[in-house]
Amino acid sequence: MPEPMISLEGVTKVFPGSAAPAVDNLTLEVAAGEVAVLVGHSGCGKTTTLKMINRLIDPTSGRITVAGEDVMTVPAPELRRRIGYVIQQIGLFPHRTIADNIATVPRLLGWDRTRIDERTDELIALVDLDPALRNRYPRELSGGQRQRAGVARALAADPPVLLMDEPFGAVDPIVRSRLQDELLDLQRRLHKTIVLVTHDIDEAIKLGDRVAILQVGGVLAQHDSPAAILRDPAGPFVEEFLGSDRGIKRLSLMPIRDVPLEPGPVVSRAADPEEARAAMARYGVDWFGILDDGNLEGWAWAADLEQGPIASLPARSFRVRLGYDDSLRDALDTVITSHTGVAPVFDGERFVGMLTAEAISRELAR
Amino acid sequence: MIVAQAAGDPRFFRWDWVWGHLDLIGAKVLEHLVLTGIALGVGLAVSFALALVGLRFPRTYQPITWVTGLLYTIPSLALFAFLVPVTGFTTLTAEIGLVSYTLLILIRNIVAGVQGIDPAVRESALGMGYGRRRLFIEIELPLALPVILAGLRIAAVTTIGLVTVTALIGKGGVGFFILRGLNRFFDTEIVLGTALSVLLAVAVDLVLVTTERWLTPWSRTRGAG
Repeated sequence: MPEPMISLEGVTKVFPGSAAPAVDNLTLEVAAGEVAVLVGHSGCGKTTTLKMINRLIDPTSGRITVAGEDVMTVPAPELRRRIGYVIQQIGLFPHRTIADNIATVPRLLGWDRTRIDERTDELIALVDLDPALRNRYPRELSGGQRQRAGVARALAADPPVLLMDEPFGAVDPIVRSRLQDELLDLQRRLHKTIVLVTHDIDEAIKLGDRVAILQVGGVLAQHDSPAAILRDPAGPFVEEFLGSDRGIKRLSLMPIRDVPLEPGPVVSRAADPEEARAAMARYGVDWFGILDDGNLEGWAWAADLEQGPIASLPARSFRVRLGYDDSLRDALDTVITSHTGVAPVFDGERFVGMLTAEAISRELAR
Repeated sequence: MIVAQAAGDPRFFRWDWVWGHLDLIGAKVLEHLVLTGIALGVGLAVSFALALVGLRFPRTYQPITWVTGLLYTIPSLALFAFLVPVTGFTTLTAEIGLVSYTLLILIRNIVAGVQGIDPAVRESALGMGYGRRRLFIEIELPLALPVILAGLRIAAVTTIGLVTVTALIGKGGVGFFILRGLNRFFDTEIVLGTALSVLLAVAVDLVLVTTERWLTPWSRTRGAG
């Protein structure tokens, strides 16, 4: 592994007046360009851990480095200007316009007016905020808009590292899901090193390249990719934390592309009825798909064969179709609700094969 | 002679007396404003210093409010009586009293204003690299301004009323008319002094409200809900 962007070595935090540590001997590395999610129940020390990275809380013992530099050797305000910070309540300054809020760190760094203005416009476009909001005050914005402004403000001075503490905790589920997608999209373009804290395992699975599950007292229970954690949970605590629908959660991480597909009971227009009957027998179904020049035109019942040659049969259209990049989680819904137990998969317009319920459960068993 | 004339006049309020003494009235109104201005200026400065101490070292806040609270309860008449043997019939005597009465209100409002700021705002400011001093000047102070100005308005109205009492030690602004009117049973002066004091209070309050609206444009706009 190359030099980690953030590394925690044996970090412990004991708050004054408390016997038990909030974070206990935590060692964790975050690679450059990675989204690391710290997840756990309340009291697991995840927020404390996050705040030790930008020194809002100083560790009792242990060492934290950011870009190879021990954070304790840098004056705290200077360190924090190099690290983006987003919190659940966003904490926009109510007395400053959105543009001025976004310009906070550049102003602290002493940029000149034109550079700040240019950067502000750039960021407003980047997070997809309406430019008309530029000179509005935070209280005039909706929750989702405030959240975007908060992210723009954190990114203002283009810090390599972004710390996010329950960044989507204060918005409703629909907006949250959209903002999560936007963050992933932003990350694909910006390649920041992001440490995100959440109590929501689904959010962790969706956003994290790697997920660190913390137990009460800041003990690291498991640190791995979401797929690996879901496949091999390290012990009963993680298993319980993941929930009983662990298998279903795993499916959401797997694209159909990664699963071997069946050709299905599919024949070409030119085929004779015997071929169609053989295909149906192979799959134990009473219908068959009709290919025309590699295009899946539709399907017909076995009984339709009585009406004439396949070439002249009217093709019934498929009510369900899956995309090659859909997740198996989405596919599962489609497959089990179609009465045939299979669904055709398309890569764009091209038919690539049939996905069966058996293929999904085979994948889960691996 | 004058006293007899004034007292003997049957009319409650004599406008002709007012027109004949505009210079004196102007001078006393000015004196009133100066006494009030100094009291509020010095009071604000002292209160800021003490409030900062109270905010920085929370354990000192209770004793500070206890002492200033005690000052606030001393009857003004008594306070001036105590001070005259020490500082004489001077502006200093008047201001010591006037400033003392502003402290409790101002300190309490400054501290409440700063403490009332959304903790998320402070956390995000620190998290982005604000130092303590800049945080106070650029974030905490502006956000506490509405509460601080509310305190200043109460202190201003209180002070304008109290200035009239300093007529007893030879100051008093428009209180001069009230005291002299009482001494010589001249209603016009009592009414004039009282009315001017009330008018001054209303006018200064208006100025402060306008200032507040001008200084805090962000609190004027409607929320998105």
